[in-house]
Amino acid sequence: MVSTQTRRSAAWALAAEVPDPEIPVVTIEDLGILRDVAEDDRGWVHVQVTPTYSGCPAMDAIADDLQERLTAAGYQHVDVEFVLSPAWTTDDISQAGLAKLEAYGVAPPSPTRGGPVGLALSVRCPQCGSPDTRETSRFGSTACKSLWVCRSCQEPFDRFKPL
Amino acid sequence: MTEPFPGHADYVLGLADDALVSAQRMGWWISRAPELEEDVALANIGLDQLGQARALLAHAGRLEGDGRGEDDLAYWRDEREFRCVHLVERPQADFGVAMARLLVFACYQAELYAALLSSADETLTGVAGKAVKEVAYHVDHAHHWVVRLGDGTDESRARMQAALDAEWPYVEELFTPVDPALVGAGIAADPTAFRAAVLERVAEVLDEATLSVPEVTPRLGGGRRGLHTEDFGYVVAEMQHLARSHPGARW
Repeated sequence: MVSTQTRRSAAWALAAEVPDPEIPVVTIEDLGILRDVAEDDRGWVHVQVTPTYSGCPAMDAIADDLQERLTAAGYQHVDVEFVLSPAWTTDDISQAGLAKLEAYGVAPPSPTRGGPVGLALSVRCPQCGSPDTRETSRFGSTACKSLWVCRSCQEPFDRFKPL
Repeated sequence: MTEPFPGHADYVLGLADDALVSAQRMGWWISRAPELEEDVALANIGLDQLGQARALLAHAGRLEGDGRGEDDLAYWRDEREFRCVHLVERPQADFGVAMARLLVFACYQAELYAALLSSADETLTGVAGKAVKEVAYHVDHAHHWVVRLGDGTDESRARMQAALDAEWPYVEELFTPVDPALVGAGIAADPTAFRAAVLERVAEVLDEATLSVPEVTPRLGGGRRGLHTEDFGYVVAEMQHLARSHPGARW
């Protein structure tokens, strides 16, 4: 006999493994966009995820991936709900997520602390660690990243934008 | 869930259509901007607006209660059923015009979404909670370009001022009063209440850019009542032709 609590955690653990389609080194749990995984008495699973940006094009892929993984693990009824509130912030990224991003070559965001966006703090190059970097574009390869270049090693890199 | 309220769906449709049509115009810049980074920036700004539009359209569809979803509203309404303002619907094939318009529109959206954070409509608060942070980046982007071009060479300054002059007659329509009952019910944000804040923020940027606030007679507007400019029909046709030529197309 498996307790409800264990089963719930089991569903969460499966959902938590879903990688972000655009930055597959981090999971949706690392990013803090997996909000809830609830299982009712019938064994039906209800997952809540939130987008990083309003127009995040990865949401459909994430929903498909959640469906596939949970269904493959034996959950018969899985539904995925997109929720907007409370609004996601880069502060929701876990410490593990931040470390994975940096190891992958994406400079992590500075904490927003609920303050205004766009504070010019020094950003360390994820390749060589130099703080001597400059922003080349506030908008990068995906909605959540900006484009930077390191003055020390001359390499370009992405940064997760504080939001 | 908010109770149906007369004019509620139409109000949400106005917000949605402004974002949707602006996104469509923004997409035109992809491959045409002055530099690659700018292609990417304008694509991302358009994507943010599109995301806001999708959530708002879906909400408007639910409020209508006729079973229309976001795609039905985006692709299967005719020109006169759209509720966007003229500012966002005209072509923006000049980069100065695009930046002048983005500055005004993003400053407007910043105040609009900030005001909607306390709306009685929980979906609007949800959309606004995300959008208010995204729009801060849009304001910042337009600000940098307007200052760079305005306080630049004689040529860039003259063109930036000309762009502002061309956009300015369309600014006032953003502040068209909304149904007082909707404002009274705490659903809608009253645009006349945040008009001064928007214009002040824009004026600060123009001052920094050594540009002057144009003194022009406002156009009559009418977008919120479905009356649009001649150019609007073309952008709607471009936006809808795939969905209408191949109903149900997926990729």
